[in-house]
Amino acid sequence: MFNDFISQFPQSTVDGLAVGAIFALIALGYTMVYGVLRLINFAHSEIFMVGTVAGLFTISQVFDIKSPLTGFALVGMVLLLLVVAMAASGGAAVLLELVAYRPLRRRGASRLAALISAIGASFFLQEVFALQVIPKLFDRPEGRNQIGVPRIMDKDVLFSVGSMDVRTDHVLVVVAAVVMMVALDQFVTRTKVGRGIRATAQDPETAVLMGVNIDTIVRTTFLLGGAMAGVAALLYIVKFEITAYNIGFILGVKAFTAAVLGGIGNLRGALVGGFALGLIENWGAIFFGSEWKDVIAFTVLVIILMFRPTGLLGESLQQARA
Amino acid sequence: MERLGTLRRNMLRVTGAVAMSAVLALGAAACGGGDGKGGDTLNIGFMGDLSGPDSSIVIPPNKGAQLAIEQYNATNPKKKLKLVNYDTQGKENQAAALAPKAIKDDKVVAMIGPAFSGESKAADGILEKGKIPNITPSATNPDLAKQGYKYWHRLVATDAAQGAGIAEAMIKAKSPKKAYVINGKKAYSVGIGDFAFNTFKGKGLTVQRDQIDETASDFSSTVTKVKSFAPDVIFYGGYYSEGGKLLKQLRDGGVTAMFASGDGSLDAKLVEGAGAKQAENAVIGCPCFIPFGQQTDPTLVKFVADYKAKVGADPSIYSTEGYDAASAFIAAIKAGNTTGEKINDFLKTYTAKGVSKEIKWDATGELAATTIHLYQVEGGTIKWLGTSDQAKLKG
Repeated sequence: MFNDFISQFPQSTVDGLAVGAIFALIALGYTMVYGVLRLINFAHSEIFMVGTVAGLFTISQVFDIKSPLTGFALVGMVLLLLVVAMAASGGAAVLLELVAYRPLRRRGASRLAALISAIGASFFLQEVFALQVIPKLFDRPEGRNQIGVPRIMDKDVLFSVGSMDVRTDHVLVVVAAVVMMVALDQFVTRTKVGRGIRATAQDPETAVLMGVNIDTIVRTTFLLGGAMAGVAALLYIVKFEITAYNIGFILGVKAFTAAVLGGIGNLRGALVGGFALGLIENWGAIFFGSEWKDVIAFTVLVIILMFRPTGLLGESLQQARA
Repeated sequence: MERLGTLRRNMLRVTGAVAMSAVLALGAAACGGGDGKGGDTLNIGFMGDLSGPDSSIVIPPNKGAQLAIEQYNATNPKKKLKLVNYDTQGKENQAAALAPKAIKDDKVVAMIGPAFSGESKAADGILEKGKIPNITPSATNPDLAKQGYKYWHRLVATDAAQGAGIAEAMIKAKSPKKAYVINGKKAYSVGIGDFAFNTFKGKGLTVQRDQIDETASDFSSTVTKVKSFAPDVIFYGGYYSEGGKLLKQLRDGGVTAMFASGDGSLDAKLVEGAGAKQAENAVIGCPCFIPFGQQTDPTLVKFVADYKAKVGADPSIYSTEGYDAASAFIAAIKAGNTTGEKINDFLKTYTAKGVSKEIKWDATGELAATTIHLYQVEGGTIKWLGTSDQAKLKG
């Protein structure tokens, strides 16, 4: 047992960080929307799915990539896919807000009504993609099967330390996720729009009195959260090379967990929570077997919440200093 | 194959609509086949999931059976046959409800199916009481033979024979010292994983195992375990949807050991999910015989051509078994047996070289000799290698 731990620990850490980075990026969407609207946007997992499908469409239908790219072609393709996936997910998130949440908010519906609307939107998007979008885009009659994504980047080992291999995809995922999160954090803390977001999170009514256009702020929040899900979607299809109409479901649950673990409403908490969850899962699997991953993760979540009810970082979006 | 059923429920819900239209088309064909004059037509039932989540593994045997019966009717026999379909959608209670209907209302003289093990457990007793001989083309649960039924037969080897057969073929090909068994959480996956694990253990290998969650996409912790154990061979028990993802991540993680799996993974989607390069040389075993590629045996050449002409697609999983099940009943009826009891007596002595295998049943209804067929991925497509005792594994 102990020998297993020694030999598997380094590789598990690398893998845990990579998958944790993806959790963290998706968690940002949950945490931002919660911070501003006090709403758990259950359709966020489908926003992520939209990004993966848009990315796959670009890879297989627009460019028809058959073999992995290298050099500038690879960098260009990754950047293009990044833009496509961010635009698709961000756009879908804005549209979702417009159709599913704004009318309710205008009429002063309860938060529970918005929650039901979120669940409904989640099912709606899944089914529309399974029955219409995926069959039409990829010319496959069976829209509910998984679709393989062609490999665009070789997964070469960059360096090895002992039994630990660090591959290109590990590095890409972790670096891209951290860069995007730092950028988002800076945006929220330093720009005028970011200040508006924080003001709205703190006290929506006062923010309106101070001249903040709340509709713009909410839309921006959804756009940013969606765009981050788009980044996650790109990294996901590069790393796991698969998508499906329901691909977001499990990841959504995990990302939401990561958001709560880090402290929901807190941007940096999402990062910490995502990495923590990824690491706990993979380390736990060494001892108990991979089938216990989820149990371990949720046990740790419950224990942490017992001692820190507001999550690891606790401090929420509205309390972040200007 | 009950598990194959539950297995793909999520993924295959999709195929429901496709399956439904296929069933309607089949139904129409069946009606056309009967000449309407009750006295000259005997009904043979086909029971299985024809429109539900796992219909993609039941429609091929259904079409195989349909083909056999059409060919027989085309010879203008004294007694024409009609295939009556009983769509269980893979549900046990449906099977239990449809079996009496088949016996009392439609007066079937024989039944092909039920296709899955769960529905077999529900319906076999009713068929036994009704004295309806039944042959399942695809139910692989070992316990089915232990019910003591006289009218029950099956045309495939069990999961036990399959898990053991694949493991032994790997041992023969690689003389491994260490084996790793990975399986999904579903009943079929765990069961076949157990049989492979015990076979490896029984042959004196050092074995470790891990279980994966079918719904997950990241199997890196399993890959790390396998890598740290450094096995010579890997057996995976489960379905192609997770198998593809797992195989890809194993190969990407630098694991090069031979990878083998069972009938749940016998689908082109395994290669699609893993990627052609990663899937190369993956071994898949199945108690079923699928005539992939060019055939040399003239019976098979004819079967493949006829099947293609009728169905518009190549034979796939359990097509040959469905054809052989219908052929056994046809042989009985040709010999002048027109009641369930007489047909059943005929089956006791029936021997034939079917398109799927040599057919001869023992007293329990199991095949006297069971064969596991091995398939291997070569250049991105699954190719048939031969039976597990003869096949030479590559790579």
